[in-house]
Amino acid sequence: MTAVATAPTPSAALASEGGVKTKKFVIIDYSGDLEKTWATTILTSTAAAMDMEVSVFVTFWGLQTFVKDKKRITGQNWMQKMMSFMQRPGASHRPLSKMNFMGMGPWMMFKLAKKYNVSKPKDLLEMSMALGVKFYPCQMTMDMFGLKREDMIDGMQEPVGAATALQLITEADGSLFI
Amino acid sequence: MGNLEIKLKVDASGLSCPMPIVKAAQGIKTIGPGELMEVIATDPGSVKDFAAWAGSTGNALVESDSADGKYRFVVRHK
Repeated sequence: MTAVATAPTPSAALASEGGVKTKKFVIIDYSGDLEKTWATTILTSTAAAMDMEVSVFVTFWGLQTFVKDKKRITGQNWMQKMMSFMQRPGASHRPLSKMNFMGMGPWMMFKLAKKYNVSKPKDLLEMSMALGVKFYPCQMTMDMFGLKREDMIDGMQEPVGAATALQLITEADGSLFI
Repeated sequence: MGNLEIKLKVDASGLSCPMPIVKAAQGIKTIGPGELMEVIATDPGSVKDFAAWAGSTGNALVESDSADGKYRFVVRHK
């Protein structure tokens, strides 16, 4: 599922130098699918490189991307643990939404990416963070999946809710639901 | 070309989108206002991307040319 919404809102903020307006770009990272996580991290790293102010609201399956790669099982109760067992968390273990074939699809994708010198989502994610992209985990999803802050990678913002997500979207020059 | 003093050279050869732009953004931060950065890329998409990047950031794309499958961009830090 990929709905796209772009709301052009005039950004009042002016960059300190050059008088170029600082544009705000927001992504709602929802799916957690490999190919969509790729799209998200390509856009966040590029937007940050273009001096945009980038915020990502990370929710539902998207949060799985931000669980530490070495974490195998997350959650407090058996149902949450079962959920993480059925879907391995971590940026390096994202399934494809199509042609996953028990991980064979992603394996081939990574082979192709290496051959054509395409950076992996995990690397692009780290680069995005280094370039100042803000990733906000959704508190409600963390509670529902039993995810703790220490399960997640370092460098994320404090968890927030839907109201913050809506504020980010409505104040942005462009926003995507991925 | 030739008479411009390049402060920083960035080699993004062989790298796919979005790495040439990301490398350029990382590089431009290391030089001062008015100084020049040269980026070499092999990604054909980078021709339009560098123009878009320059337009968005306010850095000036001074030169943009290509030869033998290589693309060369000279950017002046704003």
